[in-house]
Formats: sequence, structure tokens, C-alpha cells
Amino acid sequence: MSLNTDNNLGIDADDAYAALLEAHRHLTPEQSQRLNARLVLILMNQVGELDIINQAIAAACNGLLTDTGAP
Amino acid sequence: MTKQHYQPFPTQTPPELKGAPARVYPVAIIGGGPIGLAAAVDLAQHGVEVIVLDQNNTVSVGSRAICWAKRTLDIFDRLGVGERMVRKGVTWQTGRLFHAQQEVFNFDLLPDTDYKMPAFVNLQQYHVEQYLVDRAGDFPDLIDLRFNNTVTDHVTSDTGVSLQISTPEGDYSLQAEYVIACDGANSPTRKRMGLSFEGESFEERFLIADIEMEDDPFANADNAERWFWFKPPFHEGQSALLHKQPDNIYRIDLQLGADTNPEEESRHENVTPRIQQIMGDKSFQLDWVSVYRFRCARLAQFVHGRLLFAGDSAHVVSPFGARGGNGGTHDVDNLCWKLAAVIQGRAPASLLDSYEQERGHGADENIRHSARATRFMSPANDMERLFRDEILSLAADLPFARAWINSGRLSTPCSLIDMPLQTSDTSDTLADDSRCGLVAPDLPLDNGDWLLASLSRNSFTLLLVGVNQTSIIDSSNLLDALPVVTISLTEHAQRRYGRGAFLIRPDQHIAARWEGTDLNASLVRLAWDRALGLADKAHAA
Ligand SMILES: Cc1cc2nc3c(=O)[nH]c(=O)nc-3n(C[C@H](O)[C@H](O)[C@H](O)COP(=O)(O)OP(=O)(O)OC[C@H]3O[C@@H](n4cnc5c(N)ncnc54)[C@H](O)[C@@H]3O)c2cc1C
Repeated sequence: MSLNTDNNLGIDADDAYAALLEAHRHLTPEQSQRLNARLVLILMNQVGELDIINQAIAAACNGLLTDTGAP
Repeated sequence: MTKQHYQPFPTQTPPELKGAPARVYPVAIIGGGPIGLAAAVDLAQHGVEVIVLDQNNTVSVGSRAICWAKRTLDIFDRLGVGERMVRKGVTWQTGRLFHAQQEVFNFDLLPDTDYKMPAFVNLQQYHVEQYLVDRAGDFPDLIDLRFNNTVTDHVTSDTGVSLQISTPEGDYSLQAEYVIACDGANSPTRKRMGLSFEGESFEERFLIADIEMEDDPFANADNAERWFWFKPPFHEGQSALLHKQPDNIYRIDLQLGADTNPEEESRHENVTPRIQQIMGDKSFQLDWVSVYRFRCARLAQFVHGRLLFAGDSAHVVSPFGARGGNGGTHDVDNLCWKLAAVIQGRAPASLLDSYEQERGHGADENIRHSARATRFMSPANDMERLFRDEILSLAADLPFARAWINSGRLSTPCSLIDMPLQTSDTSDTLADDSRCGLVAPDLPLDNGDWLLASLSRNSFTLLLVGVNQTSIIDSSNLLDALPVVTISLTEHAQRRYGRGAFLIRPDQHIAARWEGTDLNASLVRLAWDRALGLADKAHAA
């Protein structure tokens, strides 16, 4: 299996993104950091395939070290 | 200063000020913006007499709405101004999204072809208003446009509304069975009633400039597009939007941030260098400049007895997605046939509740999309900004991230699936595009005409696709007053409908459908009654 980089949420993509922002809305920065960490762990477990997780980590790391910061 | 010359509309002394006997008008509309004018034309097409009261005597000054979506164009076509809008307007369907220097992706808003109306037409709001005023002139016995007539007060009762009106020639009052308040985002009617208008306000300020320029900035001059930039090189850290309008006018939206001074920013000596950053050495003239702050809000109720709200008075949105004027036009489309049916005694007053239900649903959808787009441009906190920025940085390589980039989800028709006026849909052979509650899809006909343009402009229509009218047994004449349109089962008709019968509302939404060739007239009558809010009668039948 390889990492799916196409939109996998279809027309629900906007709703999913809105739910993510809503979850963060009233949190302190520290709480937001914790929420992100927990979410990554929960979603990694949901994915359930080491190979995919490794590809996702690689895709997320790509360009990070050479970036001058946020775009 | 602007290219548009604002010819004052002629005004006449209202009959009430000339001693005419008092009378009760069926409908009075407060406000002659695009929504009030469209409602007047729609009601007149239904044979309802209507008065429009507007405090000004010109079309709206400065360009506000420019983007009119396919569904809205279909509605305007039903109202008799759609073809003129397309002829004058700039047609486009491709949007391009840039991040910094780079094009990240582009989208086609109408990949399927063979519709009468294009995905979008850009046309200044003042042209649309002018066309509607011209069209209103086709109904001299039904539409009375009263400019320089300011509504200053109103009183509602069980039988109607009385309005207090002030004109340069004096004040008078007027009675109407129904009043539609189309008096805009700051609706004095709404304020007078003390109704709360709740939603989300955005701190961010946006500079909106219309410029006149001979040179076309787009790569292919014959093909206008919508260009949106996040963090463009010419506008540090912010967003920008470019649209083409007729007469070599371009619309530029520039995000300015929350802490800017609007007076300062709208001074031409400050605007010009910003535009020069985008247009380089192309020469241009500023036509119109304003600085806006946006909000997304709505009234909890659009129907207040005999007083109805439509357009910006009922709901406002930020403009990304072009859902303001488009959404208001959908209100008109939904409301006018119902109001006409109630006034003409063909439907109970409770039918108007379905306006609130169906268009409240539409307003919520428009607000949701517009608010999300605005927040994507101006994140509410650091974490939102981080997510937004990382989406942009992933989008060049990873397609899924592009779906999350939100520069405005452009206005689309609103689905009324599963709402009470529609008969439940049991077909599994008919096309998905023609499910009950959706807008009837357009298609080209053998005779060179278009389907939507062939439907009745003011009544329900029974559409038979690949079905012979003689196969309907209607011995009790249940369907006598129902216009029938029969089309053959072409490839288009197969794909967008399928073989069967479709009951289409005056606003071109599908109320009911039946597959196959055997059609029972009493089922059609039942669905028709239901769509007129006669559900109780429908049960009894
Ligand atoms: C910068 C900008 C860009 C936009 N772009 C788009 C776009 O691309 N597409 C889109 O669909 N929408 C767009 N919109 C939104 C669009 O302009 C509005 O949704 C539209 O004007 C609403 O029409 P309306 O008739 O409800 O209200 P208005 O156009 O505000 O008309 C209200 C009318 O009521 C009259 N009135 C007010 N009070 C009284 C009174 N007491 N007595 C008598 N008359 C009165 C006023 O004179 C006015 O004529 C944009 C808006 C802005 C600001």
C-alpha cells in the first residue's frame, strides 16, 4: 500500500477542517499543542499500518529542514 | 468619478399625495436593490400587482456584486434579463490559485457542457439593477417603482401592513396585504422591529478597488478567469483576488489586516501604488475604491406574519464565494411563487413558512461557506494560522491539501432534498441529478431551445421525458391547469433525468418524480397539492 495523497474526504473535507479548528478554538496554546499530539497518535493508530505511517512521516518531513520557516 | 453615469430615475408624485382614494395594494416592497427589483418582476410575472419603494433615485453607486452564478443566471433568465446579462457580462469558469509566486492548482466550475447559462458571469451590480428596472417597465399595470420614497415606519396587523413614507414632496401612508423588506444589510425595518441579527464578525479589513485598464492581465485575453493569491509577492503576507468585469474594468480585493485605517487606505495616493505592485507598468485608472469589514449573520426568522424579509436584510455574508446577491436571488425565486399563490387564494398562508424553512437552510449554508473562507484568509488564532500555512506549504506536492485551500466556495444551488414540500423519492432508475428537491437540470432541446427556458415562468410544469402525454389517464381532469412539456429521451435527457415524469415547481425545483411510462394523474395531483402546502388536503384525498 502506498500513502493516499489525494483528497480522501470528498465533499466532507471542509466539515472535517472546520471540526479541527473548532476543537482548538477555546484552548490555550499549550492545550492546543497537546490536542495536536493526541490527535496524531489517535489517527496513527486508526491508520494501523506501519508502512503508511512511515510514508506519512516522510511526506510531512519533506522540505521541513530546508524551509526558512512558515511559508 | 466612476465610469458609470448615474442617471437619476424619473420620479412621479405618488397618487396618495394627489388625493387619490386610499386603497390596499397586494404587495409593497421596501428597497429597490437587486433583490427588491427581482421580486417585483417575479411577482408581476405571476400577475401580482406590486409597489417598490426606494429611498434613492439611482442604481447602487459603486460596484458591489459582480459575480453571478449559473443558478442565479437561470433565475434571471426566467425573469427576462438573463440573456442580456450574459451578453454584457464577462463569462468565466476557471479559477486559479496561487501561493507566493507559484500556481498551486486551478479548478473548472462547470466541467459538464451543454447548459444554456455559463458557470459565472461577472457584471456590475448597477447594470443588473438597470436591467431589472428596464424589465419592470414591461409591466406598467403591475409594477409601480417609486424612487425617492423612504419608508420611515410600519405597523403590522393580521390583515396587512401599513407603511409610513416620506418623499421630497411630502409624507403619506400606504396599506399592503404583504410587505417584503428588501432594504439591505442595515435594514431599517429589521432595526425598527428590534430583531437580533446574529453571527460572526471579522476584524480583517479588505480594500476593494475597481480599475479601468486597457491591457488584459490574464494569460489568454479571451478567457477571463478568477485569480486568487495567498501571500503574493506583490502584497506582503496577505491575500489578493482579481476578477474581470465588462468595459475593461477589473476588480481587485486586497486583504489589509485588522489594524488598518480605512480612510487612510482608501485614499487614491495610497491605493495606486498597491495596484501598481500587481499590474506592473500597465497603465490604469482607479474607478471605485472602498474598504470593507465583513460579517456573516442572519435573522432567526424571515417570516413575521405579513412582513417578510429577503436578501441582505435577512442574511449577510462576506463576499468570498459570491453568496450575497446570489443567495438573495434564490430567496426571490423561492418566495414569489408562494406569495402569489397565497394572495391568489391557491395556497394557504402557511405555505410561506416553507419559504423560511427552505431559504433559512440556504442562508445557513451560505453563511457556513462564507465564514469558513473568511477565516481561512484571516485565521482567528495562531493555531488556525499554523494549520492554514501548512496546508498551503503541502499543497504544491500533495493534492489532498489543495482541497482544503479555501479562497471562497463559489455559490451553488441549494438542495431542498427531504424538505416537506417535496414528495418522497422512491425511484432508483432515474438520474441522481434530478432527485426531488434539486433544481431541474437544464439541457438542450431538439428544437434548439433549452429545457429550463421552456418551462412555465409562473406555474408548476409537468415534464415528461420519453413519455407520451396520451399515456396519462386523467378522467377527472385533475391536471387541467398544469402545463405539460414533453421531451424525447436524448442522451442528455437520459443522463440528467431518465425516462419518467417530473413535477417541477415554478422556481424550477423538482417537487416529485415518477419513473417509467405509466403515470397516475391522482398521484401527480397529490404531489402538486403537497408542494402548495395543502398537505392535509393531500392526505384526505
Ligand atoms: C464589496 C462587495 C462585493 C460583493 N460581491 C458580490 C458578488 O460578487 N456576488 C454576489 O452575489 N454578491 C456580492 N455582494 C453582495 C451584494 O452586493 C448584496 O448581497 C446585494 O446588494 C443585496 O441586495 P439587496 O437588494 O438585498 O440589498 P441592497 O442592494 O443593499 O439594496 C437595499 C435597497 O434598499 C433601499 N432602502 C434602504 N432603506 C430604505 C428605506 N427606509 N426606504 C426605502 N428604501 C430603502 C436602498 O436604497 C437600497 O436600494 C458583494 C457585496 C460587497 C459589499
